[in-house]
Amino acid sequence: MARLKFLCDADRCIECNACVTACKNEHEVPWGINRRRVVTINDGKPGERSISMACMHCTDAPCAAVCPVSCFYTTADALVLHDKDLCIGCGYCFYACPFGAPQYPRVGNFGGRGKMDKCTYCAGGPQQDNSQAEYLQYGSNRIAEGKLPLCAEMCSTKALLAGDGEIIASIYKERVQRRGFGSGAWGWRTAYKETVTI
Amino acid sequence: MTRAPLALRAGAAFLALALAAAPAAAQQQQNTQGQGTQGPAGGSPEVQSVVPEVGDGRGGMNQQVPESTEKQAPTGGERPAPIPQQAVPTPAAPITAPPPATARGTTSGDEMELQRILRGGVIEGQVSIPNQAAGVLVQPDGRDWREFRNTWLFWIGAAAVLGMIAVLAAVYLVSGPKRIEAGRSGRTIQRFTAIERVNHWMVAVSFVLLGLSGLNITYGASVLRPLIGPEAFTALTYWGQAVHQYLSFPFVLGLVVMLAVWLRDNLPRKVDVAWIKAGGPIAKGHPPAGKFNAAQKALYFFTMGGGVLVAVSGYLLMFPMTVTGVIGTQWAHVVHGLLAMVMIAAILGHIYIGSIGMEGAFEGMSTGRVDYNWAKEHHSLWLEEEAAKARETVAAPRPPPGARVAGAD
Repeated sequence: MARLKFLCDADRCIECNACVTACKNEHEVPWGINRRRVVTINDGKPGERSISMACMHCTDAPCAAVCPVSCFYTTADALVLHDKDLCIGCGYCFYACPFGAPQYPRVGNFGGRGKMDKCTYCAGGPQQDNSQAEYLQYGSNRIAEGKLPLCAEMCSTKALLAGDGEIIASIYKERVQRRGFGSGAWGWRTAYKETVTI
Repeated sequence: MTRAPLALRAGAAFLALALAAAPAAAQQQQNTQGQGTQGPAGGSPEVQSVVPEVGDGRGGMNQQVPESTEKQAPTGGERPAPIPQQAVPTPAAPITAPPPATARGTTSGDEMELQRILRGGVIEGQVSIPNQAAGVLVQPDGRDWREFRNTWLFWIGAAAVLGMIAVLAAVYLVSGPKRIEAGRSGRTIQRFTAIERVNHWMVAVSFVLLGLSGLNITYGASVLRPLIGPEAFTALTYWGQAVHQYLSFPFVLGLVVMLAVWLRDNLPRKVDVAWIKAGGPIAKGHPPAGKFNAAQKALYFFTMGGGVLVAVSGYLLMFPMTVTGVIGTQWAHVVHGLLAMVMIAAILGHIYIGSIGMEGAFEGMSTGRVDYNWAKEHHSLWLEEEAAKARETVAAPRPPPGARVAGAD
């Protein structure tokens, strides 16, 4: 089985936010929830880089470790998914997540934040693949159709790569060798405890 | 200098020629190659307009000539005298070309992450979505918080709560409940008013339910979930957290009332030092104490202070990301969790003494009246005060207002 990962080539990202829009549209993500976002660091200064960030589907995921109701599970492709029927919306996964991936629809009283929502790597949830129930809770399931996440597939500069970790790392390595520079695989050290060495 | 083939239409455009000629000429040079490198004409500004307003590349066939009502010089006639060019101020420092992209300030994701992991802090930037908190790209503090929640809080809490239960069980089994040594006298004395008791039980019920629902958040997944299954456990925990949030209000209200009603009686006195020196709860005989002994006073201030901190940190968790960011919320959880565990342990001791641990203590909070002998043994000074008050009342059943009882001085 593959070990699916995301890799954002920050030297290619032009902060067009097409990945954000694609994600919201593909999964009918409601207002106020962003499964994916583009963060620009050093905006307007030398060394400016834009990074498209969502759930990185970590190895030894912190969200799963701190969940008080153990609603997370890991697929055979090493995707970190969760069961919204078990989630209580406590927000602990957000405190533990290094990437700010978990999102809450903010319904209910006080801290009652509704069921957590996050990037599914376009792989849906525990419901029947591509069923209406799955679509309503988690959005579309492109992985079950043999497709990669839409954000990466439609990235105009091919900055955002999705796929097997070794393959996308080798693509990134080749790019860096050709052009002579690269700011690294953002989030990989934190998410996978490894970096892409060129 | 090569003369650029400019399509000049009007003599008035002559002025523009001076500006337009230079870039146009430079372009020409590139095309023809090998006419020698020449800079812009002398006197022309170093920083030049990139796109000429008039000239090649603009207008062409469909060029629009602006209409003007001003008088125009007739074409073909004598050219107007050239306007003397003013000396263009040269910039103090020459503008240098930016370094190539490869040599610019290197930003490395790996290094920044490693740095933040080692030194703390977050990698932060700008986002174009309304949720500005999403500008935090990587926050490694979550790793420490995870360690706290899954290891430190888990084991400290278990040690505090189970340890206290073990100690209390040992005390009960070894020495048994503390009896009223003189036996019950059959006479009782009022210890707590109705308001004090109602308030106490409001806080007690809230605290027990808050404690149980809180312990469920920390230990439920490893203790209860395997027993009752994921669905039932989620339902239980969902209602538990709702109860936890709603019961915070009666709990805090009760704390405020306790602060108002019991603060005076809990202020430290000299007799408390003597009580501790005599051995406190394990003293031989019964060292004198006021309405509350030193241990009760310590518990009072611990629960009041701890309660306030637990309430404040709890409300920060109840409205996450409003007052503090994600790291502040993590700290709120640290304070809340640790204090709650220690408070649960302390209150377990309180529950033990107030119920099975000491004969005659529970009545004070249920009926409000305690046995005379119980009061004499455990709170002798308080009993004397009460008795003195009663004697005064008896001695002067209806003192006229302002009058002083004989011998009061």
